[in-house]
Amino acid sequence: MTETFRLDGTDVPFEAGETILQAALKAGRFIPHLCHHPEFRPHGSCKLCTVKVDGRQAASCTRLATSGMKVESETEELNAERLALTQMLFVEGNHFCPSCEKSGDCQLQATAYHLGMTNAHYDHFFPNRPLDASHPDFLLDFNRCILCSLCVRASRDIDNKNVFGLAGRGMASHLIVNSKSGKLVDTDFSVSDKAAHVCPVGVILRKRQGFFIPIGSRTFDKKTIKEYVDTRLGEED
Amino acid sequence: MRTDHHSAYLSPILEKYGENASNLMQILREAQECHGYLHPDAIDFLCEKLGLPRTKIVGVASFYSFFYLEPRGQYRILFSDNITDRMMGSELLLARMCKTLWLEKGKLSEDALVSVDTTSCTGMCDQGPALLVNNFAITHLTEARVDSICALVREQVPLEEWPSELFEVKDNIRRSDILLLEEDFSLRAALRQGPEAILSELKLSNLRGRGGAGFATALKWEACRNAAGSERYVICNADEGEPGTFKDRVLLTLHAKKVFEGMILCGFVIGSKKGMLYLRGEYRYLLGHLEKTLQDMRQAHLLGNAILGDFDFDIEIHMGAGAYICGEESALIESLEGKRGTPRNRPPFPVTNGYLDRPTVVNNVETFCAATLVAAHGGKWYSEIGTQKSSGTKILSVSGDCERPGIYEYPFGVTVREVLQDCRAISPQAVQVSGPSGVMVAQAEFDRKIAFEDIPTAGAFMVFGKERDMFEVARNFVHFFAHESCGFCTPCRVGTALLRNLMDKLHNGHGSAYDFEEIRKLNGILQSMSHCGLGHSACNPVLDSIAKFRPAYEKRMLHHEFTPAFDLDQALQAARQMTGRDDRAAHLAKGEQ
Repeated sequence: MTETFRLDGTDVPFEAGETILQAALKAGRFIPHLCHHPEFRPHGSCKLCTVKVDGRQAASCTRLATSGMKVESETEELNAERLALTQMLFVEGNHFCPSCEKSGDCQLQATAYHLGMTNAHYDHFFPNRPLDASHPDFLLDFNRCILCSLCVRASRDIDNKNVFGLAGRGMASHLIVNSKSGKLVDTDFSVSDKAAHVCPVGVILRKRQGFFIPIGSRTFDKKTIKEYVDTRLGEED
Repeated sequence: MRTDHHSAYLSPILEKYGENASNLMQILREAQECHGYLHPDAIDFLCEKLGLPRTKIVGVASFYSFFYLEPRGQYRILFSDNITDRMMGSELLLARMCKTLWLEKGKLSEDALVSVDTTSCTGMCDQGPALLVNNFAITHLTEARVDSICALVREQVPLEEWPSELFEVKDNIRRSDILLLEEDFSLRAALRQGPEAILSELKLSNLRGRGGAGFATALKWEACRNAAGSERYVICNADEGEPGTFKDRVLLTLHAKKVFEGMILCGFVIGSKKGMLYLRGEYRYLLGHLEKTLQDMRQAHLLGNAILGDFDFDIEIHMGAGAYICGEESALIESLEGKRGTPRNRPPFPVTNGYLDRPTVVNNVETFCAATLVAAHGGKWYSEIGTQKSSGTKILSVSGDCERPGIYEYPFGVTVREVLQDCRAISPQAVQVSGPSGVMVAQAEFDRKIAFEDIPTAGAFMVFGKERDMFEVARNFVHFFAHESCGFCTPCRVGTALLRNLMDKLHNGHGSAYDFEEIRKLNGILQSMSHCGLGHSACNPVLDSIAKFRPAYEKRMLHHEFTPAFDLDQALQAARQMTGRDDRAAHLAKGEQ
């Protein structure tokens, strides 16, 4: 017999070793998230997927599901806090959607729409990190990084390359690449890497593909973040 | 060849640490002590020898305040920037040093000789202002001492030849109780009771962890003892980073043997062969003394093979490198493993999945000392000291506005007022108990007790006289949290920076009721969503000071409605600095803004 827990009043089945988020997504229940990706080990840094487990907050992507636990997710309080976190991510980096190539394909943007974000609320930090256009096929805009570490995990765990890493501490935390020059061209990064295709925002951009798919026909023009996550579970990405 | 130069000093270091990547922190520290900073060629060499990607080494090195990836000079001077240092004039002394040495704070001098900057509290609050030079502590700073340091730097006198009195650190023990009083402890006699008996005495004693959280020590040891797995570890948390705390420094100075004996006891009880003491980088000067104590204990056969029967145990010392977050036990374990000090997702907890994913006990320095008392005198004896829920004694690190700052050991249950009387506080209006993450206690609460059931504490006790501006105290603490946030989770990384900016906005005279509300909301998010205790407690000093010292905020609420933080005149500061102007015409008149 499968075990279940309660998510916002209805039962969600899970298998031993599954996290709350994994079980919820499998059951077609959406919990907003950015640093989680079904193909990688849970990380737990963005905190958007925070839920209340028996009254106490926990990141649903790292907390293992246990039988009978009561999980609240779609509450006004939690969604307000998720919205605030999304706004924090927006002001931390330079997320100027109208001029961003990733607009319409960006999970941060789609999540903001999902949570009803209409402004950035906080004062912008306006980071000023130089772009890296050294690689023949890819451009890196570090000012849009949300430190989800998906590229780090993909490169390390799937590509066995360690092309990306996180450096610095606190607000000085930033993405680095694995070369003495600090340039992507001096790494063994390639278009076939998993890491080339996991960035949820607009940091890792394919060159010469800009606006190939016009605004209006992009991923999130056609579906919501919830529908995207539902379909992603089955496909290769 | 450049690389030859680096391999010459790196090879012996790598050999010492067995080319083991989990010793990365120690390897980097020693490499930097040889070369002053971590040269890109040195990193090349380490990548090759340790089999690590560059991202990993740079990621670790850039996480810790005391590792440098760029030259910071032959003399790297860091002023302790705790509020107590500031109250004793550290800012003016820093400015004096910068002026004398002709340099800007935070920047390397043009001759690449010296850099001067600030760092979080260095644990010398009872003898501040203090600084670190190449991680060695200098206390009791005065204009004269600053001038003599400048002279030594200018004459390029090697650090080893600086007058030893500069590096003198006082113990300042003002009140001793059972823990600090000298006594003969026979480890062997204690061990002969057997692990079960020691554990049951520990249970009887009701000893709780002294790092602040107060988890029952016996339960922790028992859980680790019962956890599945063949290898177990004992870790002593000597990463005393909470601003205002310095009792572990004194315990490690005067009672190092007792600390290590407590670790051995723990190892015996849980079935471990290896202990590690994680010493904060600021206490680098203690390393030699601690290594010698370990060596003496090995000679006395208190460490090593067959200490009692077939019980083997030894202890290593690992140094931190300037990261407050490593006082959090799972971040500390990450750091011990040679990683960035990011707190782990919990559960699982260290007692089952700790160092190298194996069962591990992490306890505070003072807890291990207290465990030896329990082993020597029995749990019942210990439980009768202190209060019902807080047995035993607590060592307080008293600093700030008082005539007798230093170390005070009291049975639990002592009131704030008693401590204030004993340290001869000078017209106190507030005490910050347990550091920035603790509680700001106002005059009306001075009869509250230091105990887990009332005011729990890791040991800090900072006194603020009536002249002090409690808003500035809170602002200093908020800057501390923003600086020390590990950056892993969104709410703490961005939230502490936003909070810092809000406090600066008030400081700069742009405060309004709107900002109050923003602070309150930020607190809610940090409490609710943060990954660890740092984020949870980052708003405490602000909330406490708003609740208890409202007038300090009222006078900053210059505007009834919202005012932006942006200040046009302030924005011209960079231009003024670049052109060397500060005359009236270089400022906007009041009406023009």
